[in-house]
Amino acid sequence: MRQLALWRPGSTRVLPGFGLSMGISVLFISLVLLLPITGLFGQLAGLSLAEYWAIITEGRVVASYMVTIGAAAVAALVNGVFGLLLAWVLVRYEFPGKRLLDALMDLPFALPTAVAGITLATLYASNGWMGSILEPLGFQVAYTWVGIALAMAFTSIPFVVRTVQPVLEDLPAEVDEAAMSLGATDGVAFRRVIMPHLWPALVTGTGLAFVRSLGEFGAIIFIAGNMPYETEITALMIFVKLQEYDYAAASAIASVVLFVSLALLLAINIWQGRFVRRLHGGKG
Amino acid sequence: MSIRLERIAKHFGNTQALEPINLDIQEGELVGLLGPSGSGKTTLLRIIAGLESADRSPTPGKIIFGDRDVTNVHVRDRRIGFVFQHYALFRHMSVYDNVAFGLTVMAKKHRPSSGEIRARVFRLLEMVQLQHLANRLPAQLSGGQQQRVSLARALAVKPDVLLLDEPFGALDAKVRQDLRRWLRRLHEELNFTSVFVTHDQEEALELSDRVVVMSNGRIEQIDTPDKLYRSPKNRFVFEFLGDVNHLEGRVQNGVLTCGDAHLNVELPDGDEELLLRPHEVRLTEQPSAESHLPVTITAISPVGAEVRVELEADWLAKPWLATVRHADFERLEMRRGQRLFAHPRQWHRFKDTSPQPSEQTHVA
Repeated sequence: MRQLALWRPGSTRVLPGFGLSMGISVLFISLVLLLPITGLFGQLAGLSLAEYWAIITEGRVVASYMVTIGAAAVAALVNGVFGLLLAWVLVRYEFPGKRLLDALMDLPFALPTAVAGITLATLYASNGWMGSILEPLGFQVAYTWVGIALAMAFTSIPFVVRTVQPVLEDLPAEVDEAAMSLGATDGVAFRRVIMPHLWPALVTGTGLAFVRSLGEFGAIIFIAGNMPYETEITALMIFVKLQEYDYAAASAIASVVLFVSLALLLAINIWQGRFVRRLHGGKG
Repeated sequence: MSIRLERIAKHFGNTQALEPINLDIQEGELVGLLGPSGSGKTTLLRIIAGLESADRSPTPGKIIFGDRDVTNVHVRDRRIGFVFQHYALFRHMSVYDNVAFGLTVMAKKHRPSSGEIRARVFRLLEMVQLQHLANRLPAQLSGGQQQRVSLARALAVKPDVLLLDEPFGALDAKVRQDLRRWLRRLHEELNFTSVFVTHDQEEALELSDRVVVMSNGRIEQIDTPDKLYRSPKNRFVFEFLGDVNHLEGRVQNGVLTCGDAHLNVELPDGDEELLLRPHEVRLTEQPSAESHLPVTITAISPVGAEVRVELEADWLAKPWLATVRHADFERLEMRRGQRLFAHPRQWHRFKDTSPQPSEQTHVA
């Protein structure tokens, strides 16, 4: 099959501009990504290992990990299900207002997260539209972890929709028709023919949504209530440390979030790479 | 199983894709639906398959397989095999799993045992000569191999009818030829009823027992390949089934004139258009008493059993194509730029306005 000649030693490249474009890319990545991360580790240098460990395992901080990860997991799963459904609706059916719905999908990206947070908090507070309906039923959203998950779900839904959508568009309707002409019921066709194609995109999208939720701050703090040990998220812990001018501690906690996010992204990438290779016959 | 279509029509919005169509296909027949793109042939095939529904108004049509009315039967229950132009294989499944799919999704009480499935799948893979590739993924196969897998997959469920939508359209010429021959053999061996769609007249004529020529959502003619070629019912069929040369002019006193060219014809006075196949054009160095059609050779292609020669002249709107024997080619020492005279061995003429078969063939 095709072989990329990019790294073959001694070969001259046909595509021009490699040096320039690669150079600028590396510079940009360094300035925007690597420099801040280096700064973060610079802050950590002031801490001994024991101090570092003490900061990141402090009871209140550990509780915030639990809250953050738990809520993010719920938000990601909910988004996985509904994001898939939304992508399905957007790709497979024609209906009035489709373009509008499609554009709306990006709103959480465009909207300042603080605006989203304030809106959600107002809606779900005990005197808000939703809150005043839900609370008498014994269902409290604002100032609980449900609210946190809700805010996370709101800000991260585009990740699932936008990763699943193109893959679904790529899947020819013929494959579906082939399955049905062979006698498969709708459910079987979906499970055995369509889902295997969507899995990688769905897992990637859900993973991205999860990682995004881990770091979300603006949308959550207004609705979370921020009670220590109960509804404090890790991003808030960093913020609290910063307000105490304890930059080293803030960096320490931030580094935990960073490592978890990086590890997750890397795992998703490796897994997806493997899957894609399988689809392309081990030669991709 | 025989297929019977009664008054099948189809609208997409305001455009009529199919005018009401009646069609009878005998058990064991291999029928080709032939037509240019947009002629409705794929729509018709998809309606037979149940992947598309025919119009219900003004009068609902009927689709009957054998003595079973399947008009309102869902595609999954119609017992058809469908082969897609781009194979539509399940990319994440091995060749084996692809072929076995139709058997494994059967309701439990009908499903064969796993040993039986295995035996049947391998029998099919053997038939399409791919048993050694059972564990490969579709992406690891060539186009021709993928299409064979897709055929085996369709045959696995023992369909009543096999429907193929431009099955060889995406393959290159050599593989097409092989697969065509191979499908013909398979059809003779297993004797299933099949309908295939193609826009390639050669494919349709070579493969089919009968060909259904379609244009603009209408059936133009249904006949055996031989009859179709020799006695086309109308101009469309004639033009679609091969290369055609046009000779337009005015007839006066039995002579058709067109610029400095003229030809004796026994036709009433008026404007006329005569049609000739490339093999019906003879080339000589001298005009005859019957015809004076001066032409210049502009291109020569000596590949094949005959030499194809392109001819141009002032009096021709579109260049002519003539096929000459290699012997004649050498005798006349043909070369580009040479001036010769064309003589029609025979010509055809269609009156488009009359609804009756209107072909007139004149042998010179």
